[in-house]
Amino acid sequence: MSGFYTDSIDKSPRIQRLVDHLFEKTPEIEADRAVLLTESYRQTEGEPTITRRAKAFKHILENIPITIRPDELIVGSTTKSSRSCQVFPEFSCDWLEKEFDTIATRSADPFYISEETKKALAQVYKYWRGKTTSELAAEYMTPEARLAIEHNIFTPGNYFYNGVGHVTVNYAKVLKIGYEGIIEEAKEVLSGLRPGDSEFAQKSHFLNAVIMSCRAVCDYAKRYAALARQEADRETNPQRKKELLQIAENCDRVPAKGASSFYEACQSFWFVQMLIQTESSGHSISPGRFDQYMYPYFKADLERGAITREFAQELMDCLWVKMNDLSKVRDAASAEGFAGYSMFQNLIAGGQDSEGLDATNDLSFMCIEASIHVQLPQPSLSVRVWNGTPHEFMIKAAELTRIGIGLPAYYNDEVIVPALVNRGLTLADARDYNIIGCVEPQKAGKTDGWHDAAFFNMCRPLEMVFSNGIDAGKQISIKTGDVTSFKTFDEFYDAYKAQMKYMIELMVNAINAIDVAHAERCPLPYLSSMIEDCIGRCKTVQEGGAVYNFTGPQGFGIANMTDSLWAVKILVFDQKKYTLAEFRDALDNNFGKGISSGKAQQITAAIVAELARRGKKLDEKGIAEIYKTVMENQTPSDKKVMYDALLGDIQDLPKYGNDIHEVDSFARDVAYTYTKPVEYYKNPRGGQYQAGLYPVSANVPLGAQTGATPDGRLAGTPIADGVSPAAGRDTHGPTAACNSVSKLDHFIASNGTLFNMKFHPSALAGRSGIESFINLIRGYFDQKGSHMQFNVVSRETLLDAQKNPEKYRSLVVRVAGYSALFTTLSRSLQDDIISRTEQTAQ
Amino acid sequence: MMDYMDTVGRIFDIQRFSVHDGPGIRTIVFLKGCFLRCRWCCNPESQQYEIEQMESGGRMKTIGRDVTAREVMDEVLKDRIYYRRSGGGLTISGGEALRQPEFASALLRAAKENGISTAVESTGCAPFEKIQMLLPNLDLYLMDIKHINPDKHKEFTGGSNRLILENAPKIAREAKKLIIRVPVIPTFNDTPQEIGEIAKFAVSLPGVEEIHLLPYHRLGQDKYKGLGREYLMKGIEPPSNDKMQMLRDTAEGFGLKAQIGG
Repeated sequence: MSGFYTDSIDKSPRIQRLVDHLFEKTPEIEADRAVLLTESYRQTEGEPTITRRAKAFKHILENIPITIRPDELIVGSTTKSSRSCQVFPEFSCDWLEKEFDTIATRSADPFYISEETKKALAQVYKYWRGKTTSELAAEYMTPEARLAIEHNIFTPGNYFYNGVGHVTVNYAKVLKIGYEGIIEEAKEVLSGLRPGDSEFAQKSHFLNAVIMSCRAVCDYAKRYAALARQEADRETNPQRKKELLQIAENCDRVPAKGASSFYEACQSFWFVQMLIQTESSGHSISPGRFDQYMYPYFKADLERGAITREFAQELMDCLWVKMNDLSKVRDAASAEGFAGYSMFQNLIAGGQDSEGLDATNDLSFMCIEASIHVQLPQPSLSVRVWNGTPHEFMIKAAELTRIGIGLPAYYNDEVIVPALVNRGLTLADARDYNIIGCVEPQKAGKTDGWHDAAFFNMCRPLEMVFSNGIDAGKQISIKTGDVTSFKTFDEFYDAYKAQMKYMIELMVNAINAIDVAHAERCPLPYLSSMIEDCIGRCKTVQEGGAVYNFTGPQGFGIANMTDSLWAVKILVFDQKKYTLAEFRDALDNNFGKGISSGKAQQITAAIVAELARRGKKLDEKGIAEIYKTVMENQTPSDKKVMYDALLGDIQDLPKYGNDIHEVDSFARDVAYTYTKPVEYYKNPRGGQYQAGLYPVSANVPLGAQTGATPDGRLAGTPIADGVSPAAGRDTHGPTAACNSVSKLDHFIASNGTLFNMKFHPSALAGRSGIESFINLIRGYFDQKGSHMQFNVVSRETLLDAQKNPEKYRSLVVRVAGYSALFTTLSRSLQDDIISRTEQTAQ
Repeated sequence: MMDYMDTVGRIFDIQRFSVHDGPGIRTIVFLKGCFLRCRWCCNPESQQYEIEQMESGGRMKTIGRDVTAREVMDEVLKDRIYYRRSGGGLTISGGEALRQPEFASALLRAAKENGISTAVESTGCAPFEKIQMLLPNLDLYLMDIKHINPDKHKEFTGGSNRLILENAPKIAREAKKLIIRVPVIPTFNDTPQEIGEIAKFAVSLPGVEEIHLLPYHRLGQDKYKGLGREYLMKGIEPPSNDKMQMLRDTAEGFGLKAQIGG
């Protein structure tokens, strides 16, 4: 038997109170940070940017309101109310002002905003106009790239509007030597600089900015110590008074000094975590291998009898709740792409150490326990799996999966470690990887990965093939030739590859423009104090101070493009049943299933442009008439027959996700049309581009802006997520889907791939259900899949699955003595299972 | 000479990721054709050997196709990696494997040559020579025993239980592992006395230690309509959990390891 402590640890009643408190109020936008930032900036006009950033950070930390929430054991809040957010006008501000009156009621991630806040922010924004990173980035982009963004080929919106984030700092270092230690390090480098050095000016200013920022953080913690003492004075409950005094003592010591106990380590960790998110608005500030860097403190306390497992668990649970207290406001479009107020703070447990030995420990289990206790989306809990992962750890993880909150995600060391080595990491660093945000692997404390640089919609270049580069009447891409002129599938496929290549280059242009803008306008001295080798190189992360520099833009739509290109190959070129002209006509008319007003506008614009080209200018009335004709255009019945026949024939073709060798091998090649051109490029920080294959939730909003595709997907409907098969098209069960997805080259998509699966809780019932589930993961990972996550679905979903079976074709349920695909079952049986689920819930 | 992999058989379904009919993750191959006509059968389309039409979801579906062992194994071996991880493999179900013994034995042999676990779900209702064709390559025999009383057996399944009860001890002696499975059907065999009789018989078989009690369910009901047949079990409710537990206790009273479900 292993030596792990695998028993469940009870949940403290405090935790539920903290969770309840979290959801008492609607999240709110607070103006304090923006006002303080602007105050400072007004005073530092003309000084070096790095100095201004440090002074502003200091000014914010000295003056921003601080608060200790009821029952907290770990303190430090970026906002007065829970789950609220500060704003960061230095990155962008126009959009928020425009959304002042709609943000409280918008569909994705609404925030309350008071009139007072609006007024304060409007004032602040006057200062920032013309000074933001987004404005500079737009200036740096080529007009072609801007055009491609306008036409939704790709979107680099995340870092265009916001800070970058997507980083794991060297938490271990702060826990060990404190910011006083880091200040000493910076001072030592500073003392080694000679005034005559060519880069003395930049280097010394950078180091001084680091020192000022770290000091500001130490002083900020002291404010909390003082506040805790004040509250303790007033506190009548002796237990709480004691807790507050302990909090004060913790904040006296950390994060200025190294932590001397597990409790101090937790508090120190939290200051790091929240203050990175005060310096910049970047999300995906990922705690990484918490079970590794916290373990020495836990072990030491346990061995000297200074802590119980129960209290250690309670502290971790408190941290888990705190991670849900942080929020950020995004523009309406981005909010849909990152729906759910998510902060993507990815925390990972298990895996190997830098020498390749298994590193699972008791804290790995407690990380899972904490997620079971709080049942909240943050942190995004992940587990690392390798051939030597202890089975009992897999079981603990599967028990969390069974709860149905979509956690944890499972990652395969056997793919990720070599994939990172291939990107230039040392073997030791690669073995010590953690995950950023959604699925992006990197080495903590040494990497600036720009992991979410853009989303690239792989469906749109195929539309460009059919339109010869024209979108909404405008030539936005290269001309690859009249689509009807292609004589072979290879010619057609080559045109797609050419469109992809062209758009990928424009995407790189846009991303690099944003990258440069961040370095010029928003270097981050505090963040840089915790990323190697910034202090050594005397450079911020944004200027290339990190040991490893990457840019990772995501492609999505593999499944749709595989099925689409396959449909064209078979139906047009192999069977010669349809012509490309017929396909184009069917796509333009959405297979006769009606067109959206957006599409009608596009068609109108195309007609108008064509008429203009022929020398016929139309007035507004003429345009309106064309629009009306387009909207009202009824599909003629002979056309409708053709569309339906085409759709039927497409439906009957084999699809990606069903373990069909030819189709899956083709999918691998289709993925290369994105992943290979991407890795050719370099970023301004001296690093390489690496592709990811995942969409966060952007496959839905970006699908809404995508026309019909030759796989039978209708205009405006969602695009398949990540590397998963298109929804409802994998009908041969979970092993078949896994086999298909594993056929892709996950090594080259080293910025991460995302594979979603749905299960009914009954499929994981009992020990044998869990064992089979684990073996499914193991089997997928044996075949070199990189990531897997699971939706264990509820009764509501099952009801929806009855109404919309086409969306749930791969939903697995456990029936009586066997498991089956839900939608293949008879109605009465479905009802039976649904009622059984209710019984389970009782 | 014809390669055994060219043996042709008639199947009506292949189901992957099955986790309740034998150890680990398995693929079940459903053979078409059965000797019995159990009234509760949840796969009525499996009973007759002839290829037939069944209405399902408003569309007519052809049930049954003739395939070679090679074709079946191409499908079965797709999940080899999961069998290796879980100790799973091939389970032949039906219908009745013994209705097509040459084909079943070819599949089992192919599975063993590929190093994966093998199981059959079968009534054992055939001359023992046919059963012996399967045994050399079989790891687990999941044998249905539905009733000890010959009359009641005949009434509800359309067939005699004589061969079944005669074959059971022989199978127990010659098979690597035998588990007895009992579909628990209200109005047919759901009394402690009837389950007790089966358990008593099971425990008398050399080497048999386990019994699975499979509660009646109505999953096949709609298929009867699809086949244009009458469902004779209409109005019969599945046994309650309490009842199943009580019956499990009964079986365990005979010294067997009993479990509810597969």
